[in-house]
Amino acid sequence: MPGVSRVLLTGNIAPDEAGRCLLRPAVLAVWPHRRNRRDTREQRRETGTEMNIVVCVKQVPDTWSEKKLSSEDNTLDRGATDPVMNEMDEYAVEEALRIRETHGGEVTVLSMGPDATKETIRKALSMGVDKAIHVLDDALHGSDALATSRVLAAALARVEGADLVVLGSESSDARMSVVPAMLAERLGMPQLTFAKEVTVDGGSVTIKRLTDEGYQVVEASLPAVVSVVEKINEPRYPSFKGIMAAKKKPVDTTSLADLGIESADVGLDGSWSSVESFQTAPPRQAGTVVKDEGEGAAKLADFLATKKFI
Amino acid sequence: MAEVLVLVDHADGVVRKVTLELLTLARRLGEPSAVLIGSEDAGGVYEKARDTLAEHGAVKVYVADDPQLSSYLVAPTAEVLAALVSRASPAAVLLPSTAEGKEIAGRLAVKTGSGLLTDATDVTADGGAVRAEQQVFGGSTIVTSTVVTGTPIITVRPNSTAPEQAPAAATREDVTVELSELARGARITDRVVEEKGERPELSGAAIVVSGGRGVGSAEKFAVIEALADSLGAAVGASRAVTDAGWYPHQHQVGQTGKTVSPQLYVAAGISGAIQHRAGMQTSKTIVAINKDPEAPIFELVDFGVVGDLHQVVPALTEEVIRRKG
Repeated sequence: MPGVSRVLLTGNIAPDEAGRCLLRPAVLAVWPHRRNRRDTREQRRETGTEMNIVVCVKQVPDTWSEKKLSSEDNTLDRGATDPVMNEMDEYAVEEALRIRETHGGEVTVLSMGPDATKETIRKALSMGVDKAIHVLDDALHGSDALATSRVLAAALARVEGADLVVLGSESSDARMSVVPAMLAERLGMPQLTFAKEVTVDGGSVTIKRLTDEGYQVVEASLPAVVSVVEKINEPRYPSFKGIMAAKKKPVDTTSLADLGIESADVGLDGSWSSVESFQTAPPRQAGTVVKDEGEGAAKLADFLATKKFI
Repeated sequence: MAEVLVLVDHADGVVRKVTLELLTLARRLGEPSAVLIGSEDAGGVYEKARDTLAEHGAVKVYVADDPQLSSYLVAPTAEVLAALVSRASPAAVLLPSTAEGKEIAGRLAVKTGSGLLTDATDVTADGGAVRAEQQVFGGSTIVTSTVVTGTPIITVRPNSTAPEQAPAAATREDVTVELSELARGARITDRVVEEKGERPELSGAAIVVSGGRGVGSAEKFAVIEALADSLGAAVGASRAVTDAGWYPHQHQVGQTGKTVSPQLYVAAGISGAIQHRAGMQTSKTIVAINKDPEAPIFELVDFGVVGDLHQVVPALTEEVIRRKG
């Protein structure tokens, strides 16, 4: 599980005095934030700078499960896999919550997808998001990125006065990384994408955008669309209290008709690109594996020479 | 013959290899027109880029030289391309499948009401239809797709084809674009280069040498860099490495990182978890060095060495230097 590897890597498992390794519940780390938040929220409410944040999340097949296309309509066979919240979106939820904790305000989670998407929405609510919009409609099946961004834009129009729209920068299934840019284009908001750091200050937002050589500093006025990369923060685990509270939080389930979108404009029929066919890639031919007994490097060099790399 | 727009990927007029690959593919679909969006001094950029673009088949070069174009993120380039799409009615628009290339393509698709295909590994024309081949789910499935609405907008992965020469005029045509308010929404106030070396960029590199958890520490990453330098390669890293802070995030290969498809991929101390494979599985030749003979990376390799990378990699570096003379 991705979550577990993160715990291991960030040193949440620390040996105690007796040298035993204990798993420290990550939720402990969240408590101080929660306490601080109440103070800042009150301050912010007084100054009227509370943030209205929408975080978009996608339910995807677990990274570890084998993904397949369905031969019926060339779409991802979601029944064959375990659904989870897209990992990068956990960072988006966390960042939205942190911005709320600093500036006060409200976080709404927005997701589109079949009935099972409720689990992913529930997870966001358990992490501390205040409420949810679920776009649920059979006609959505097979929507491409353009159709998806269209539906999300229409749903966002229903959130009054959104200051910030936060997304993960990539989904682990389609891996296109285009929905945040498309959404910005559709909403007419500035695009601040691939953020490894986000700072909101008054009416503006500044990010550090990850680039090939380092980063760019990019700034815009609110409202804006922000997408985040996974080094930006450490997503919290839902606490027991959070899980219980999530059950009572409002989820607005909305259909395409509610959003004023024709079924024919989304889904497989409404998408502007089409998968004609697919095939399983031919397996790579088994290579040569040698055990290094002093000659490993030379043998590897011989191989690279036969391939003309050296 | 219809024009095919190719967005030029360049650094101050030095044209990146992926552009030549795009021009090569564009010739299958029509007559390539390069779109050169310059930094401060685009006139000079055209002079620098002209010969390379001409050698590789650019019949026209559209030059957009407003300094504002590079002061704002992504949106201005999409606006220039949208204006050109309505002016030239091209058969297709090809862009590099980099993070920024895909974002430009996404906005362009919305603006022009066109279908978008990203991460193509091949592009073909069949009668009137433009088809793209994509390798999805970490290369396990090959998909053939078409665009059914508007102008096909296709981003192509670097190293998908070998650049071919085909001399053409590369005639300059200036483009003036009045940027909209929206395109000036996200202002780039600083560009920070965290490292600057002679190494090629990861996304387009012909050879990539990557290190994983087995490297052991940030300091020991020097052995990976040394091998990369001996081969003239870019340096990659697994997520375990970037999460631990041993190497900068922009070098991460795999899911949530970069997808590379080089001629040669060298994986040292990388077990080959599915998330890593998603970013390198389509490499032409794969070699690996790993202590664990059971590591899944060995299922992918053309040549593998079971052994300690701290012995094998430095020895290989010496061997490469010696053989290259």
